[in-house]
Amino acid sequence: MLQKIYDWIDERVDITPIWRDIADHEVPEHVNPAHHFSAFVYCFGGLTFFVTVIQILSGMFLTMYYVPDIENAWNSVFYLQQEVAHGQIVRGMHHWGASVVIVMLFLHTLRVFFQGAYKKPRELNWIVGVLLFFVMLALGLTGYLLPWDNKALFATQVTLQIAESVPFIGEDLKILLAGDPEIVGAQTLTRFFAIHVFFLPAALFALMATHFIMIRRQGISGPL
Amino acid sequence: MSKDKKNQVSRRQFLNYTLTGVGGFMAAGMLAPMVRFAIDPVLQPDEGGEFVSAKISEEDITTEPKRVAFNVEQVDAWYESTVEKVAWVYKQEDGSIIALDPTCTHLGCFVGWNDNENYPEHFYCPCHDGLYTKDGVNVPNTPPTAPLAVYEHKIENGILYLGKAIPREEA
Ligand code: HEM
Ligand code: FES
Repeated sequence: MLQKIYDWIDERVDITPIWRDIADHEVPEHVNPAHHFSAFVYCFGGLTFFVTVIQILSGMFLTMYYVPDIENAWNSVFYLQQEVAHGQIVRGMHHWGASVVIVMLFLHTLRVFFQGAYKKPRELNWIVGVLLFFVMLALGLTGYLLPWDNKALFATQVTLQIAESVPFIGEDLKILLAGDPEIVGAQTLTRFFAIHVFFLPAALFALMATHFIMIRRQGISGPL
Repeated sequence: MSKDKKNQVSRRQFLNYTLTGVGGFMAAGMLAPMVRFAIDPVLQPDEGGEFVSAKISEEDITTEPKRVAFNVEQVDAWYESTVEKVAWVYKQEDGSIIALDPTCTHLGCFVGWNDNENYPEHFYCPCHDGLYTKDGVNVPNTPPTAPLAVYEHKIENGILYLGKAIPREEA
């Protein structure tokens, strides 16, 4: 039955080559932990992607209950965690995943660094990777404010002070982030929410696409 | 008429230029309102400090710093609320009044006057042992990098009114 559906579609739009390009390729022996256990270090990139997918899915579901409003944000998080079935799990996935994803990203970076995999011709992908790192840190930073509890508020105040200390544009940068020259309030929360849920994920998708396309073009770096 | 073909714009070039121009114009037309929308807070004019009553009369202010709490009506876009602020107020040697903002210039904790027995006659910050002398100037080799901010103030009918806290430069 499934085969028939597949054939029906394939006959019309020829999807087999697309599938082949995306997934049908050999895993070289030197990156396969089944051959050399030490090759597990090659898994960190994939694990980063895996946790990112969890972040995106759990985040999408959190927005079904979450409201970015200073009167209700905390209550909505409390409600989704305490009252909604499996709320603790979904929020927990997003909460802990946010840390795990940074750890994986860091381990992946270490592997690339110590294997020298960033060298010619893969310099561009190193740069894209660094941008991904920044986007991920920014996601963690903007997400941290959203529960709107004391920890979130004061962490964000410090964040904004750090932004303010940038030479020349610091003051404007801070207002741009906070939405107000003095108050960390209603406008800060809506801005951080928009950045966390729309702007940064858009940047993340674009960068990840670039990252993966380049990997397919260049292949994984050879054995040491 | 010039016969020099090199200087002529080919049909393809002409179309490229016009399409790029029109496309750029359309992209700018779409982006301009969105960018202006996003940066609006940066372009808001600085509204001058409004003074509010600190509910303390001039006579009650001595040379000893006194903690004065006062309320400010704060407008945060669509959210209006009453916020409590604190000032440390006293009369200086020359009799003039000064009102210090207790927000530590290190990382924003609140300092208190004379409330740590190890540092008498100082403003002390409990977070990382920041110290300020009575005039609010930070003590060197403690974390804060600038003196405490000073509230604008005025006396009306013998009552102290406070405005915006003005940061002071590094000593
Ligand atoms: C891969 C990247 C992401 C990272 C690293 C990340 C990180 C975070 C962090 C640290 C928090 C605070 C959680 C807490 O304190 O419990 C948070 C909250 C939140 N995030 Fe994300 N996030 C990511 C992607 C997304 C996406 C794609 C969406 C939505 C489409 C989203 C929606 C939310 C919402 C609604 C909250 C508030 C709910 C809560 O605090 O539990 N996140 N995020
Ligand atoms: S915040 Fe006051 S010393 Fe650090």
